[in-house]
Order: sequence, then structure tokens, then C-alpha cells
Amino acid sequence: MKTLEELRAIRDRMQGQVGLRSEDDTHTRVVVGMATCGIASGARPVLTTLSDLVQQKHLTDKITVTQTGCIGLCQYEPIVEVMEPGKPKVTYIKMNAEKAAEILERHLIGGHPVEKYTLASANL
Amino acid sequence: MMTEISLHVLDIVENSTKAGAKLVRIGVAVDHTADSLTVTVDDDGAGMDEAQVARVTDPFYTSRTTRKVGLGVPFFKYAAEITGGTFCITSQKGVGTKVEARFVLSSIDCIPLGDIGATIFTLVICHQDTDFVYTYGCRGAEGMKAFTLDTRELREILGGVPFDEPDVSAYIKDYLRENKEEVDGQGPI
Repeated sequence: MKTLEELRAIRDRMQGQVGLRSEDDTHTRVVVGMATCGIASGARPVLTTLSDLVQQKHLTDKITVTQTGCIGLCQYEPIVEVMEPGKPKVTYIKMNAEKAAEILERHLIGGHPVEKYTLASANL
Repeated sequence: MMTEISLHVLDIVENSTKAGAKLVRIGVAVDHTADSLTVTVDDDGAGMDEAQVARVTDPFYTSRTTRKVGLGVPFFKYAAEITGGTFCITSQKGVGTKVEARFVLSSIDCIPLGDIGATIFTLVICHQDTDFVYTYGCRGAEGMKAFTLDTRELREILGGVPFDEPDVSAYIKDYLRENKEEVDGQGPI
């Protein structure tokens, strides 16, 4: 069985390194819809992919990955919204883990929204 | 419809967090000798009055205002009852809500448990203001085995280090996976 001893070792290693995170005006918010509609259409792997990658790439001081309830567009779930300070909100629809990884690379790191996945470019 | 029991758990616990719960107890108990899998979610959120509890399994009832349907609880109830199992929700205004669903494992209509570790991990990482006590147990021919993840314990050890610090979240993920493998013993369900 994995024990809590290991966690103590991690804590000892981390202490002092972790600064207080402040959500200031340079923080980007990434929101995944996690109501029944989102979960049923596959939002869980989208959320875990995004939060894993943000952690792996040490972006937690710039990007917060969080979740919300029903956005009201259930037929387009899984939905990911990207809110960058000073920029209009970008809504991505019909996400999956691969598309989410692409958005992290090209939009959140590269700075260019991936137009082909956006709600705005969907043929409604 | 959900394809895994673990997705139902995620959905139902989201209700707890939306009801302002500070502590949510989640139990998954597999009992091979009784051919059952029982999920319990017990929270200290806002709770509901009797009239609300009576209506909550009705798909055309929801507390939300964006639409007129709420399928989370009715789906979960249906998924359990179609296997020959049971579903029960009890609540008290100002105290909390308890949901219990029992699935019959051998039923052909029983959906798989699925990635329960991913569900618990997602909840712990995304609701760092809420505490979770998750217990997974399995009873087989060789007896009962179980493990618990209690975020209050983790918090105490970690001091101010957040759960989404890469090393910490990797630890939580491994803790959930390795301990479940050990509890399952004779193979996953």
C-alpha cells in the first residue's frame, strides 16, 4: 500500500519553493463545463489533460484550469472556455483530450486561438 | 447516458459541491460475495426539504435556471435500478444530502465502474476548498480489503502546499491507482 510517508517527503522537498499564488490581472482562466451534459460527452479526460499539462509545463502561476456547471450549450459539449485578461473570451466546442492538448500548445502557450475548434467558427 | 459508474459519481458529487458542502464522503464498496457494488455520497451541503427530495428524481425538475431538465440524479437512479439494484436519496435542509445506489454486478445491464481514480482525482484537484473522504473497499472470497483517501489528512501534512503542485498531484494519482489495484487483488471489476 502507498502510504502518507511519501507525501511527507514531498512536502519537505517542496516547502520554501512554493510561493503564494495570486490571481492577478495577468492570470488566464481555462474553464471546462462539468455538468451532466459535459461529463456524459467526455469532459473528464479534457479536464485532466489540461490540468496535467499545465502542471507538467510549470504554468500554474499563469494559468488556472477550473470547472463550471452547465454553460447552456449541451449539444456542443465538452466545452472549454479560455479567458485571457484584456481579450475576448474564446469558446471551444466538442473537445477531446487531443484537441485540448493542441489548444494548450497553440493558444495558451503560442498565443493564437485555434479557430477551427471555436464556437464562432462552427456552422450553427 | 453515462458509460461508467465513476462518471455518475463525478456528476453526483458536483451537486454536493454546488450545494456548498465542506466535507463530502464518497464510498465505493464492491462485494463479490453479495454480487453488488454500492456507491454512497454523503455531504454536509445545503440539503433539501421533503418536497425537493420527492421531485429530484424527476427528469423535469432542476434547481438550475438555464434549462428545464435535470438528468444527473434520474440517470444515476435508472443505471442502478435497471441492474435490479436500488437507489435512495435522503436529505435534510441545513444538514446535508445522502445518496446511495446499489448495482447488481452480474447483471448484463450493469455498466462498468470505470476510472474511479480519475473521478476522485478530478474532484480533489478542482475543489481544493472542499474536503473529501473517499473509501474504496472490496470483499471477495479472501475477505475484505479497503483503503481511504482523506484530503483533511493530506492538507495537514502538506501545510500550505497546494494539491495541484505537480509532485503532489502525481502522488495523489498514484495513491488512488496503486491502492485500488492492491484492494482489488484478484483482478479489476
